[in-house]
Formats: sequence, C-alpha cells, structure tokens
Amino acid sequence: MSDTSQPLYAAREPVFPRRVKGTFRTLKWWIMIVTLAIYYLTPWIRWDRGPNLPDQAVLVDLAGRRFYFFWIEIWPHEFYFVAGLLIMAGFGLFLFTSALGRVWCGYACPQTVWTDLYILVERWIEGDRNARVRLWKERWSFRKARLRLTKWTIWLLIGLATGGAWVFYFADAPTLLRDLVTLNAAAVAYSTIFILTATTFIFGGFMREQICVYMCPWPRIQAAMMDNDTLTVAYREWRGEPRGKHRKKEGAEKLGDCIDCMACVNVCPVGIDIRKGQQLECITCALCIDACDDIMAKIGKPRGLIDYLALSDEPLERAGQKGKPTWKHVFRTRTVLYTVLWALFGLAMVFALFIRPEIDMTVSPVRNPTFVTLSDGSIRNTYDIRLKNKHGEDRLFELAAHGHPAYDIGLEGVGGQLVNVPSNETRLVRVYVTVPADTAPAGADRTDLRFWVTDIANNERADQNTTFNGKGN
Amino acid sequence: MAEKRLDEATGQHTTGHSYDGIEELNTPLPRWWLWCFYITILWGVIYTIAYPAWPLISGATAGVLGYSTRAEVAADIEAHEAKNAALVAELVAADLPALAPGSDLHRYAIARGSSVFKAQCSQCHGSEAAGAKGYPNLNDDGWLWGGSMEDIVYSVRHGIRNDTDDDARWSEMPAFGEMLEPEEIEAVVAYVEALPSGGTEGLGATVYEDNCSSCHGEESLGDREQGAPNLTDAIWLYGGDTDTITETVTNSRFGVMPAWGQRLSEEDVRSVSVYVHSRGGGE
Repeated sequence: MSDTSQPLYAAREPVFPRRVKGTFRTLKWWIMIVTLAIYYLTPWIRWDRGPNLPDQAVLVDLAGRRFYFFWIEIWPHEFYFVAGLLIMAGFGLFLFTSALGRVWCGYACPQTVWTDLYILVERWIEGDRNARVRLWKERWSFRKARLRLTKWTIWLLIGLATGGAWVFYFADAPTLLRDLVTLNAAAVAYSTIFILTATTFIFGGFMREQICVYMCPWPRIQAAMMDNDTLTVAYREWRGEPRGKHRKKEGAEKLGDCIDCMACVNVCPVGIDIRKGQQLECITCALCIDACDDIMAKIGKPRGLIDYLALSDEPLERAGQKGKPTWKHVFRTRTVLYTVLWALFGLAMVFALFIRPEIDMTVSPVRNPTFVTLSDGSIRNTYDIRLKNKHGEDRLFELAAHGHPAYDIGLEGVGGQLVNVPSNETRLVRVYVTVPADTAPAGADRTDLRFWVTDIANNERADQNTTFNGKGN
Repeated sequence: MAEKRLDEATGQHTTGHSYDGIEELNTPLPRWWLWCFYITILWGVIYTIAYPAWPLISGATAGVLGYSTRAEVAADIEAHEAKNAALVAELVAADLPALAPGSDLHRYAIARGSSVFKAQCSQCHGSEAAGAKGYPNLNDDGWLWGGSMEDIVYSVRHGIRNDTDDDARWSEMPAFGEMLEPEEIEAVVAYVEALPSGGTEGLGATVYEDNCSSCHGEESLGDREQGAPNLTDAIWLYGGDTDTITETVTNSRFGVMPAWGQRLSEEDVRSVSVYVHSRGGGE
C-alpha cells in the first residue's frame, strides 16, 4: 500500500437545511399536504357497490384477486389496465423530465416529500440550521437526549402512520384497524407495517439524500432524457460572478450580483453548491431559488440569480440578450409527442373501460376429444363456458346455442340451460351441444355455432362465436 | 498494476488499475454501504449454518434448523389431507347414485377423481377419457358392462378379465376363425355391418343365429351381463369397418383392465367412478 491509499468508505457529510420562504417553498408545502392527504386518507373513502362487495373506494384485494377503484373493478384478466396505467406513468415522467428536468424528484417523490416532513419536525423540535449544527456538535447531555428522543418518537409515529396507511389499501380499513389494535390482524400486516415504518424512519430521518445519490437509479436515467431546452435549476454565473461580499469597498462595482451569502447552500437539502453548476445530487427542489430571490430583494437586485433555466439560453444571456420565453422551451416537438402518446393511451384505456361488456363470457371448446359419437349416432360437442358476475347480487343466466336448428344444448350433470352465478364469482360450466346423426352439422367438418347468454333479470345479452365439430373433422 | 496516484483533475485517488493507459478512480462507498456488505457476508455465513448449503460427496449439510423443501411439501400434503379428511370420510360412506350434482361432495369427488384418472387411467383411456382403439371412450353413452354408478364402481374396483381379482368381470369371445369357414365369416360380417339398417337374410343371418346370438342377443342389442357389445349402435370399440370386424370375428378380442380396488384407496375408487360417471354418459 502506498501513501496515496484511501479508506474504503466515505462518511456522510451531515446536511442541515435552513428554513426558507418563497414561491417554490409554498408550492412544495401544498404538494406535500395534497400528496400526503391522498396517501393517508384514500383507504378511508367508502363506496357502495352492493351487498356482497367491499365498500372501500380503493382496495387491492389480493386474496380475492380484485382491484377496486371507485366505480371501476379490475379482474386479473383485465390486468392490461394496470399495464396501461404504468405506460401512462412512464410517458408522464418522460414528458415532465424533458420539459422540467427532475421535477418529480424535487416535488413529488415520496423520498422528497417524507424527508421534507421529517426536516420540518426536526426544525420544530431542535430549531433552525444553526441550532441544529450546534446540537450536533454538542456532547451528549440531558437536553440533547430529550430533543433527540422527542424527534425520533415523532418520526417513528409518522413512519408508523405511513406503514399503517399502506396496509389499509389491501383490506377493509376500519376492520383492519380494529384488528391491528386488538392484535388480531394477520402477521403479514404487522410485518409490512414494521418494514415500512423502519424504512420511512431510516430513509426520511437518516439516509435522506443518500437514497437519491447512491441507491436510486432514476437520477441516472433522467439525465438521459434531458436536453438543452429542459428547464432546470441553475445559477446565472455570468450575472453573479465575480462574487464578493464587501459592497462598499473599492472595486465593488466590478463584482457580480452574488454576495456569497451562502443562502443557497444553507437551504439545500442535498448539501451541494448550485453555483458549481449542474450536479448529479441536485433534485431541483428550487429552494435555492427562493433563498436567493429573498437575498436579491434585500439588496435591491432583480430576482432570478438562481432560477429555472434552459442550457440553450446561456449563450444568449451571456451576450446580453433575453433568453427564449419559457413556453417555447416547454412547447416543442418532444414534449408535444409525449403528451400526444400519453393522451392516446389514456383515451384508449377510457374507451376500453366503457366498452367492457357487462356480461363476461368466455367459451373454450373442449377438443379432447373433438366430438363424441353417441350410441344412436348423434354427435356431441363439449364446451367449457366461464361466466363472470361482477355485480353485487347473484345473477341467473340462460345459455342458448344458435347457428343451426338442430343444436340441442344442455348443462353437464344437471341439464337445462340456466346457470346461477353468485355475486362476484366466476362459474365454470360444462355444456353439451348435441345434434342427431342425420343432420348437416353431424356430418360436416365444422359448423358455426354462437352461444348466447342472457341475464334473465334484465335481458342483457352477450354472445361468443365458436364452432361445432362433426364427423367430417 | 500501475502506481496509485492522486488524479489532479478530480482530486481523487486512482485504484492502480490501468487498461491501455485508462485508469480507474477510487470512488469510495458511503460508510453505511460498506456496512451493508459486511452484514450480508455475516448473513451468508449464518444462512449456510442454519440451512442446507454446503455440498458434500453424497448429499449436503443439513443446516441446524433442519429445514428441507421435501419435508415442507410432505407437511403441505398432510395439511391438505387433514383438511379433506371430513369430505373423504363422507365420500367413503356416501350413497354414490344419490349424490347431487353440484353439491360440495360431488364437486370434491370429481376434482379428486379427475386427478386419479389422469394418474392411473389416462394411459389407456386418454387424458380426457376419449379412449382409443380397444379402450372404451368413457364420454359416450355406450357401456359394455353398464353405465350406472354401481356398475362403474364395480368395473373400477374389480377390473375386467384380469387374473388378480376373482370377482373381475369376465367373458371371452371365441376366435371364430377356428370354427367357421371363411365365407361364413364374410357373410356374418356383412350381416353385422347391415344391422343398423335392419340386417340381411341368408347365410349371414343363419351364422349369427347359430354362433353369436347367445351372447349378443337375438336383436343384437348386446348383453351387459357378459360385456357383449350392442352391435346395432354407432359405437365401435375396435372399429366398424369390414376389415376390423372380420379380424374381431376371426381372432376375437380380449381387453383387460386391472382391478383398481387392489391398488387404490376406497375414496380414490369411488371418486374416479364419480368422475367417469359425470363425463356425459353416466346412467
């Protein structure tokens, strides 16, 4: 080992973001309130679906293999809706990233939102940046222990609420809450809550920016989706430099607008200096913009020394011209294309949702054997018919075979044509269609056959085409 | 290996790895990450002690927890059997012909019977009981030995023409090639082929009357007591063309089925019978 050897690891540099006020901070507070409210409250919204179905508006019923979302009910065979939503989420992220850079990271990512909330609690208990730095350097004392314990307890409670809210999406929330409190819930519920509480506590309280810098693949992927027109948080170096503090000293007129007050650095939740240019760590939370605007107002300079900027504007601004208007950066071929694709998928899904049949029937002809010859020479075909009842009440269906007058239909075992399908269930019935020996379908290779299924109660009808195999087959 | 040095452009050290002059910077991991590595190593060591892991010459270390997937499967099967015990007891005691289609017990019997059928019967009768030449199709309504629930249970339990069960269904058609003249065989085959449309007069009818009617009946409707097939219907076990019928008359046939009562449990015999009965031909 030479003298240039280094340790295997780098210790984390603690970050103590200072409090900041401003446009973007206000926007972020609102986004935090709305996203957290959606997350915590959604499982408690009720939605009446009839007597035999759950009345929770949003419910992932893993055991029953159903997904309920208000008036929409998704069965496993309709999983393409979920795939469609994921594709839409993908295009949405492409759109936002190409237009506004890492706006997801800065405003809406759970890691950011919860870290923000944890920092709020931290500031509330331990004070703002300077007090926190002091406390961090202090030796352990009763006061330090009290503050730390209070903070950790509140963090843990938030973590518990986070993990707790998650499991409510998978079971009836009021029942599950009662079971959880009375220690009657399933072990998987407790272990999920435990894991999510622990991850929230550790990720939001201690790991913070380390998650984004070291663990999250998304920053790396997003970098590939940004171009020169992407608006991102940047420092107008040509306006700010050379930076300097002493405004009244001689030669101060040569200085730029940056007074090197470190406000932008102190508020940064990832602990970088935005004036060094774009960095992998930057989540574009825009708090440095707020911090700098505040200072600029105080020293009587125009706002926007740090601002949402596009790289393509830099040469223009350096030459003393105005950059392109914001809408021109946002409104360009790429973003329009993403929007169109996103909207097309959305429309296709809405369309698919509306044309979903009310009666769901699948017919699979039994081809082993293709047909059965009965002793009187008549030919019998067998079909497996699945009927789904997505309603809250039992439904009585009548099956009929059309296509040739000779088709004689009967249910295996019980005969007849009536099938009762209990609420929220799929019923598989085996159906025989028989034709006498001297009829055309008996001798032919294949004859068209159409199954009709009718809801006796309201005459709603669905049909499905298949074929009848004869001796010529 | 090149010298480790301080890279001036980045202020970081190099690792000393050099490939055609391209050097690699040593970017240290965060401390917690390193600790995660150590913890996973520790976890790995503990895991190999706790669970089966190290291969030996024959077998592998068992692990102190004594876990094995095989034992887990065995426990699973046992748990399932315990869960089904009540239904099995009910099935063994049930009056099968009275079993209501769609009832829980009926559905259980069919599900169980379907598995038994696929494991034990499908080799001859086909996976969906469609049969093959010499092996009856169990989906149709033609039955050599009877298609009622009792008949099917008996056939399954004792089998057909086997040496192992004294109660096996038994009958033997003579090989008429040794007893009749070729033209007599030709005539009787022509007679049998014409049976669905009323039969013919002459030599064929006489040969049938003298040799075949005792088992297959005056009306050729067969006799389930002897497993003699109905010759007037549309179902042929070996085939209904002239060559096949000639071969059957000349050399006879001798289909054998094992006595499943000696190999299967009572619940399996009963459930597979219910399954066969449910295939669309049960009487």
